[in-house]
Amino acid sequence: MNVQTKGQLSLLGASRLKAWEWVLWPLLLLAPLIFPSQALIINEIAIVALFAISLDMILGYTGIVSLGHAAFFGLGGYAAGLLAKHVSADPLTGLLAAAAVSAAAGAVMSLTILRGNDLTRLMVTLGFALILYELANKLDGLTGGADGLQGVTMGPLLGRFEFDLFGRTAALYSLSVLLLAFVVLRRVVHSPYGATLMAIRDNRLRAQSIGIPVASRLASVYTLAAGVAGLAGALLTQTTGFASLDLFDIHRSADVMLMLVIGGTGWLYGGIFGAAVFKVMQDVLSNITPQYWTFWLGLFLVVLVLVGRERLVNPRLWLRGHNTGGQP
Amino acid sequence: MLTIFFDGIAYGMLLFILAVGLSVTMGLMNFINLAHGAFAMVGGYITVLLMQRLGLPFLLCLPAAFAGAALIGAVLERTLYRPLYHRPHLDQVLFSIGIVFMATAAVDYFIGSTQQIIQLPEWLKGRTELGSGNWILGMGHYRLFIIAVCVALTVGLQYVLSRTRFGSRLRAAVDDQRVAAGLGINVNRVFLSTFAVGSGLAGLGGALGAEVLGLDPNFPLKFMVYFLIVVAVGGTSSISGPLLAALLLGIADVAGKYYIPKLGAFIVYTLMIVILVWRPQGLFVRQGASK
Repeated sequence: MNVQTKGQLSLLGASRLKAWEWVLWPLLLLAPLIFPSQALIINEIAIVALFAISLDMILGYTGIVSLGHAAFFGLGGYAAGLLAKHVSADPLTGLLAAAAVSAAAGAVMSLTILRGNDLTRLMVTLGFALILYELANKLDGLTGGADGLQGVTMGPLLGRFEFDLFGRTAALYSLSVLLLAFVVLRRVVHSPYGATLMAIRDNRLRAQSIGIPVASRLASVYTLAAGVAGLAGALLTQTTGFASLDLFDIHRSADVMLMLVIGGTGWLYGGIFGAAVFKVMQDVLSNITPQYWTFWLGLFLVVLVLVGRERLVNPRLWLRGHNTGGQP
Repeated sequence: MLTIFFDGIAYGMLLFILAVGLSVTMGLMNFINLAHGAFAMVGGYITVLLMQRLGLPFLLCLPAAFAGAALIGAVLERTLYRPLYHRPHLDQVLFSIGIVFMATAAVDYFIGSTQQIIQLPEWLKGRTELGSGNWILGMGHYRLFIIAVCVALTVGLQYVLSRTRFGSRLRAAVDDQRVAAGLGINVNRVFLSTFAVGSGLAGLGGALGAEVLGLDPNFPLKFMVYFLIVVAVGGTSSISGPLLAALLLGIADVAGKYYIPKLGAFIVYTLMIVILVWRPQGLFVRQGASK
């Protein structure tokens, strides 16, 4: 019973925490204390990073192209906001409830992504986000419509730490949730379950023929990713005390995809790294040209795709000939 | 009720003209191009600028919108799109979203973010009513004009696709580009011209639709979904599929917005999801025609 196969050993080896990870995480958690003036942006980065790694679960690890992941982000955000307003102001309860709501929606929507090609999936996911946007817009009695959900006040975290104006509690809170979610997801992708996800991504037909239950794997990972995206949305609402239609916006789905591509897909740190780079870039660009910064964002996207991510971030490849990787 | 039906048809025909280029290019190269609406926007702005700044008549501006959008389409196809045909869909999505962002911001910068208004000529402004009571049919002249233009274009397209040498080359390339290339068809050139014509049609649609759909820098993002619905629901293997899908979408949207304004675009999106879950390859696809 104790004999471990080669496959088990290689999975175990990959899942072991590396030395640099032991250094990185305490540093990240201390960041709001080291730079107290930057706590607000650190909070935002932690939230979008969580959102990005949830997308990575389905896009990077399972290969589902989704243009509507903001649906679950927004759902979590509104759920947390409404809960805080009408039921209980305890942040952790709200967080778990929001994740549960998003995961339930993800479980239902996972039925729609099982069939069809990339275009169909793209349309269905996008359509779901648009439906939620419309709903949040039209049900203005509940959600505040275009004005957003206002007056969300959160109780102190764990009954002790108040959310302050400078966002220090908020940043620490978001970072802790990010860390927890990261550890869990890291365990998931390095488990045999995670290995089957990657098999599905690489060749769905082959995965099916070696006995991987493709449909149930897709459904479960989609549910998981939706739940994590809901966590991120809930964090944003709780720490800003506000939820608006912007949560469901198509810009948000596109942005998170961009973050993931900057950082690299199929690698959980990619989401975190990409989120940090993206947020800083957005901050700098929108300071220079507040109204037209999307132009530079677009230009960046076009260049990124045409040149290729590897060539852009790896200077050693700059002088070599054109990389035809990926072309037949 | 008939009036709504009529408006829905006009709207659907307009959507068809806007989206048919996208459907053909997507079927041909399997390229997910989210930037198709940007070409429509170019056409719309060409018309608006020509009419406002140079005072050209509306009818002259329509060919100009077509030509301008087609030219830009051809240039972009040759320089930017072609290297991406065999890349993963994710790259194509990111690339074309990038193009949309750039186009939106550029138009905003040069022309401004306000809604543009097109001054229609007098003879297109009126409205004719037939019948009476519940069955009254009110036809705006401009909508009649749109329907006439679009029907003419559809018939023309169908003729080109089914009767001409270019059409048979195009159909061969859509069915199987490798075999088509092996038979000596220059697939690249077929695609370049198709892309240009498709962009041109989008430009024409944008020009025609500026009055009905509204024209502002957010046009590509706002209507991207509608174009994609037409293509995804109608399938990419014929032009009758997208035509029917566009008409269905147009009528559903106009009727939905009229009868249940509270739900707005909700109906259309729900309908789309249901259809796509039911028939993932599109409603009007021959069995076995899809890959």
